[in-house]
Amino acid sequence: MSTVEAPQTQAPKPKTPSTNPGRGRSLIPPLIVGVVAVVAWEVLVRVFNIQKFLIPRPSSIIAALSTSWADILEGTKRTGYVAVSGLIVGVIIAVALALLCTRFHFMADALTPMAAALAATPIVALAPIYFKWFGATDATAKQCVVVSVVIFPVFINTARGLLEVQNVQIELMHTYGVGDWAILREVRLPNALPFFFTSLKVASSLAVIAAIVAEYFGGQQGTLGSIITQSAGLSRYDRAWAAVLMAALLGIVLYAIVVVLERTFIPWERADARR
Amino acid sequence: MTTADTTTPAIEIQGVGMVFNGGRPNEVTALTDIDLTVQAGEFISLIGPSGCGKSTLMRIVGDLETPTSGAVRVNGKDPRQARLDHDYGMAFQQAGLFDWRTVSANIELPLELMKWNKARRQTRSSELLDLVHLADFGAMRPWELSGGMQQRVAIARALAASPGLLLMDEPFGALDEMTRERMQGELVRICAETGATVIFVTHSIPEAVYLSDRVVVMSARPGQITDVIPVALGERNEDTREDPTFFASITTVREALRGAPAPAVTGSNSVDIS
Repeated sequence: MSTVEAPQTQAPKPKTPSTNPGRGRSLIPPLIVGVVAVVAWEVLVRVFNIQKFLIPRPSSIIAALSTSWADILEGTKRTGYVAVSGLIVGVIIAVALALLCTRFHFMADALTPMAAALAATPIVALAPIYFKWFGATDATAKQCVVVSVVIFPVFINTARGLLEVQNVQIELMHTYGVGDWAILREVRLPNALPFFFTSLKVASSLAVIAAIVAEYFGGQQGTLGSIITQSAGLSRYDRAWAAVLMAALLGIVLYAIVVVLERTFIPWERADARR
Repeated sequence: MTTADTTTPAIEIQGVGMVFNGGRPNEVTALTDIDLTVQAGEFISLIGPSGCGKSTLMRIVGDLETPTSGAVRVNGKDPRQARLDHDYGMAFQQAGLFDWRTVSANIELPLELMKWNKARRQTRSSELLDLVHLADFGAMRPWELSGGMQQRVAIARALAASPGLLLMDEPFGALDEMTRERMQGELVRICAETGATVIFVTHSIPEAVYLSDRVVVMSARPGQITDVIPVALGERNEDTREDPTFFASITTVREALRGAPAPAVTGSNSVDIS
């Protein structure tokens, strides 16, 4: 497995990626780099005798993972449930808002600054408030954090894809004497799909980050976030790192699912930059 | 000015004017007092400097713009009705193909929207691919084709519903000169095979002369028709481009475009059709 020490430490404010990277690259170079990095990590920690509370060895992380496997797996399921359910709800809301903006242009004017303001807000900071609202033991509060984080990138990108359509294509549809519904179906929606999937890739990573950070604030026990905070509190760093490793895996799996969906739904996507 | 009762002209334009942003400070008079009648099967080019309203005039015929004054009839109908009846096909400078559809599916899009069944659509699109010499490219994606090939797909798409009228807004404007001449040859052949009436907007004098039965010369600010020049070149082929008559017609159009300072030069060529 590759080394993923920290699951994407980026702030919860995504830059909208403009183009997607090329496809079908060989898996071999990253695998080699990953294996070399893990081995180097192990060797360096042993050679320099680094204290395990600073950086544990990969082998001890794996050992901790196997001893606490049941707990960590259960935590991964709970965190995964919060991340995925929040992601789905957030995406549904974001796409609905984007469609509304397409239908009613004044909505675009009204919603875009609001969405930007929402994006500039560190949403995870709202987690303690959400816990007050929905109760600390329930998953709802954490789902709300995920939903709030997911909405912005998906909304902005999908709305762009729906609205930034070649004028010629709209006029052609007019020459065919069809209405807004056919234009939405034949032009806007397919045009928006690549934008949508780009944002979904960002959102899938953000969802996992948001779920775990929300779990740091408390609430339900036995989640990846609570395992990480508890283990660190008890100086069981190898166990904390094992949970971080699973969190990273969770993010990677979600991302991979999105990539598979993308390739299934947009077989036409060209390698070069659009427009 | 109605010529005959037996055949309706393909297009009748009477006293059409177009003012954008009427009543506001940025008011622009795009067209004034346009009269033009196009007979079925005619190939008409609209030529003139930028801002003369030639595209606007074509778009009025296609009901993409509504004139502020005057009357337009397309096949004897209101332009809106003609549009809804799929009486014309349109091609633009940008091919405007849909990346998410194959070449065949792009051509079939108007037919799909007209609820043709699949078998009929496929027959028609393969006919059209033959017509534009792209028989082997139906399964490809638009971006896999060159600019000229994309434009041929766009023309095939415009012809999909067998419209009697083609409206073309600088369709070859983005192509290189060699491709452009080849496309002009193709268009002449396609028009001969389909018998379509064509309104063709262009910046290129040789293109207008090579393609057209009549070249409509327009001037800017306000956009109006200054001359209508008939071109008598007979059947077009590659030798036409070397023909003295071809060059003579080019000269006539060029002088008309310069604004006819000496009436003696252009007077004999101008045909007032209104």
